[in-house]
This record gives sequence, C-alpha cells and structure tokens, in this order.
Amino acid sequence: MKNLKIFLAIVFSTMTIVSTAQNNAGLKLPQGFKATLFADTIGSARHIAITSNGVVFAKLMYPNKAGKSIIRLEDKNNDGVADKISGWGKYGGTGIFVKGKSLYATSNTGVFLYQLNDNDEVIDTSAPKTIVKGLIDRNQHESKSITLDGQGNIYVNIGAYSNACQEKDRMPGSKGMMPCPILDSAGGIWKFDGQKENQVYGDGIRYATGLRNVVGLDWNRQTNSLFVTQHGRDQLNSFYPKLYTADQNAELPAETMYEMKQGDNAGWPYVYYDPYQKKKIVSPEYGGDGIKEGGENAIDPTAFFPAHMAPNALLFYTGNQFPEKYKNGAFIAFHGSWNRAPLPQEGYFVAFVPFKNGKPNGEWEIFANGFSGLTGDEKVKNPRNAKARPCGLAQGPDGSLYVSDDNKGAIFKISYAK
Amino acid sequence: MNYRRILILCFLMGGFAINAAAQDLVKGKQLYETRCLVCHQADGGGVPNMNAPLDGASNVVGTDIARLVRIIKKGYSERVALDGFYYGNAMTANPDLKDVDIANILSYIRTSWTNKASTITAAQVKAAGSKK
Repeated sequence: MKNLKIFLAIVFSTMTIVSTAQNNAGLKLPQGFKATLFADTIGSARHIAITSNGVVFAKLMYPNKAGKSIIRLEDKNNDGVADKISGWGKYGGTGIFVKGKSLYATSNTGVFLYQLNDNDEVIDTSAPKTIVKGLIDRNQHESKSITLDGQGNIYVNIGAYSNACQEKDRMPGSKGMMPCPILDSAGGIWKFDGQKENQVYGDGIRYATGLRNVVGLDWNRQTNSLFVTQHGRDQLNSFYPKLYTADQNAELPAETMYEMKQGDNAGWPYVYYDPYQKKKIVSPEYGGDGIKEGGENAIDPTAFFPAHMAPNALLFYTGNQFPEKYKNGAFIAFHGSWNRAPLPQEGYFVAFVPFKNGKPNGEWEIFANGFSGLTGDEKVKNPRNAKARPCGLAQGPDGSLYVSDDNKGAIFKISYAK
Repeated sequence: MNYRRILILCFLMGGFAINAAAQDLVKGKQLYETRCLVCHQADGGGVPNMNAPLDGASNVVGTDIARLVRIIKKGYSERVALDGFYYGNAMTANPDLKDVDIANILSYIRTSWTNKASTITAAQVKAAGSKK
C-alpha cells in the first residue's frame, strides 16, 4: 500500500514535469517554438538584460521579500531554468542594460553603473558609479528605461508626470498648458555620456521630445537609430463625454512606435495619434474636437497598435536562432491595458513586427500569448486577474528570447526548436 | 394595538429600511460605474502600481470616513501607500457630488466584492466633510 502511494506519487510528479515542459510554461507560441519557466516569483521584474555568457539580470520595481532589487540568474546546467540566483540593491526601478562588462541599472531618479568580472559577477555590489542623478520622479510615469548606442552614449526615458499636461492633472475641464512646461524636464528621451560620473540634466541633452511616457526603447543596429514605444494618453471619454463615447475611448489613441532622431518631436501633449483616421489629432485639452488635425512639427509613428495595451519593452532581434522572418524585426512586450472598460482588456502578450531595411514590412502579429493564465479565448477583465504581465525583453547569446513579468516575477525563456 | 399588529408594522418598517438601503447601493453602483470604474475596475481591484484597489483595502473599510470623503471630493495627487504597495496615478476630483451621492458611493464600495464594512449616511458624509 505504501509502495503503491509512493509509486503513484512518482507517476504523478513525472506527469506534472512532462506536462509543464510540453505546455511551454503556459504560453501559446508559433509552430516550432518552445518555452520554459526560467524563473518564478523573483519579485516585480521590470526590464532584463543578458551578458554574452548568458547570465540574466533583472531590475525589480521594488525590493523583493529578501530586500533585493537587482537579481542575477544563471542556468548552470543549461536546462532552461535558472539554478543559481542571487541579488543585491535596495532601490526600486525599471531600467537595466549590459554592455560588455558594464552593467547599468536605474532607480526612478538616476542611473548606476556596476562592473562585472569574467564570470559576469558584480565586482562590488555596494559601490556602483553614479552616472546620472537628480532626474524627475513625480510618482506618475516615474520609471527610467535605458538603452545604449554603439558610441557609448546612454539614452534615458523621462516620462511626463501627467496625462495630458493639464493645469490640474486628470481634472475634468482643466485646460492644457501652452507651452507645456513639463517638456523642459520630462516627456522625452535624454542622452548622457555612458561613463562620466554624476551627470545631471545640464550635462545631457534632450535628445527627443513630445513623448508622454516611453518604457520600451532599443537602439536599432541596422538603422543606427533609436526606436521607442510610447504609452498613449488616457481618459478621453471620462473627461470629454460629449466628444468621445466609452467605446471610442477604448480604441483611442493608438499605442505608437517611433524612430527618434536627435531633435525629433512626437507631439505629446498637443496631439495624439488616431489609428482609424491615421492622423495626428489635436488633444481636447488644446481645443481639439476629435477631428481637427495638428502636430505639423511632430513626426508620424513608425508603427501603431491598439490603444492602452502598454508597450513596456522593445527589442530588435539580431539572433540567428529564430527563423529568417524574425531577423532585425521588433518584439514588443505589451504589459496589458486597464482602461478599455467597458470592453475587455487587451495586451498581456508579446507582439512581433517584421522589419525590412529598417522599416516595418507587414502587419504586426501576436508572437507569445497566454501570460494572463486565462484559458482559451478568455480576455482579462481586471488587470489583477492576469497571472503574469509581460514587461521586459532580452536576447540570450544563443538567440533565445527572454520575457520578464512584473506581477509575480516570472521569467520565460522562448527558443526555436526547428 | 396587539402584538401581531406591532409585528406587522415592524416588518413593514424593516422592509422600507432595507429597500431604502438597497436603493442607495444601486445609486452608488451607478455612480461608481460612471466615475470610478475606469480606474478602480469593475472588481474594485485597481491597477497594480497605478490605481489603488478598493476591494480589500484597509482604509476603504476602515473608520477614517473623513479621509475617504476628502479624497472623493478633492482628488488625490500624491503617491499613496496602501497595504504594502504604492500607487502613483493622480485621482480626479469630484467637486460636484452631493453628500448623498458620496454616501451612496462609499456605501457601495464598503459593501461590495469582499468588503463587508458598514454603509455610510449623508449625515456622516456631511459631518466628515466639516472636519479638517
């Protein structure tokens, strides 16, 4: 009897292991791809970065239960699951980036630089260099995302601490400020030297402006230019019920991807991008009526997506593992919407945009779905019901794609198995 | 007057009282759906890191009614710490709501989802609003 119990226990646990491996950690993927749950419950994992040796670093929005806010993960036996995990750091934040043996991490006000040794271990976790400090954090859109170009410059998103630059944020009837004073110190991308210590606003330049909040950004090595994904504005219908229905609010404005050259302006807060009219429309806070066009000095998006899905990470795929169509294309982690009610929420997946010669080449598609943990075609109704929310992307040295989740702190590893 | 008549009277009055309370919750739900739901969500769960949850929130079911009244009337623009998490979005002010509307909304959110706190009367809202 006892033996039978043990036997059954072994059978069931084996079945569980097999089914976990077969079900791709719960993800729905295109034919030929597989996924493993690389890590779980590490804390609110925002962005991730991977070294040339395959060591993964995750930046947590808050310190986790162990009081650590940067997590190092290593898969020593190469089975797709991290088996050596450690952490340090007390400051929460979003950005993390690896360039050679330099590891950059951000708080909500600055950028820090750690040095790695040959095993990609941080040499001194207690004494990072402060690269940038004193950036604005006014609670809203406070996270600082980063990327580097090939010249040693670092690009930092400084989100606007506002929805639409009203005199009083998110107050019905409050007018948009003209010009919007927030743009002097936020609502754009700032460029700093990647090595110089203790830089403040005056040491950097406002590289691009008119971006409400960018969480995803990546340097495209093919075009040698910066691409960003913007979170569009909220609450058109709650503040302007005469101009917008609740259903229109759910679909306006588009979430947008831009190629930002130095000095470019994407138009926030004066205009938003309407995916149906395919035009830049004047914001109602600035006298718009849902039809009037504006933004003559603002650029058009490179690509656009359904409203409110929250593109939290952007990655141009340069690996050789995935099929040819993915080469140089853009993966986008959509954190998932919260303000599409009364319609169901959208996002909670990783999308793919094919690129050719530095331009989108075809429609975007869902690449990896199922992060929410809901079955079948069931949509997320309330954000807290989603099991995982995709937030960060990174490419491993073998060309695998890693996706982090800032809800419970999962990391998924997605590979192509021919 | 016999006991039976008194009992019937009690039932009737009780019935009216229940009806009146139920009516308040219906109005509270309607107001919630038009003013609050877009951020705080249909299930009162809020949005992690952005919009505070109401369901299971210690201060929603707590006793500091004056604070709740003040937040609904005047909005809220600081980062709010609640039950170990932080929420950053600014909340809209609702200066046009009457005391009875606020009482209905508070009664609805304090008794909905998993919340099982007391309902709130317009008189309580008025008293709370006069506190500074």
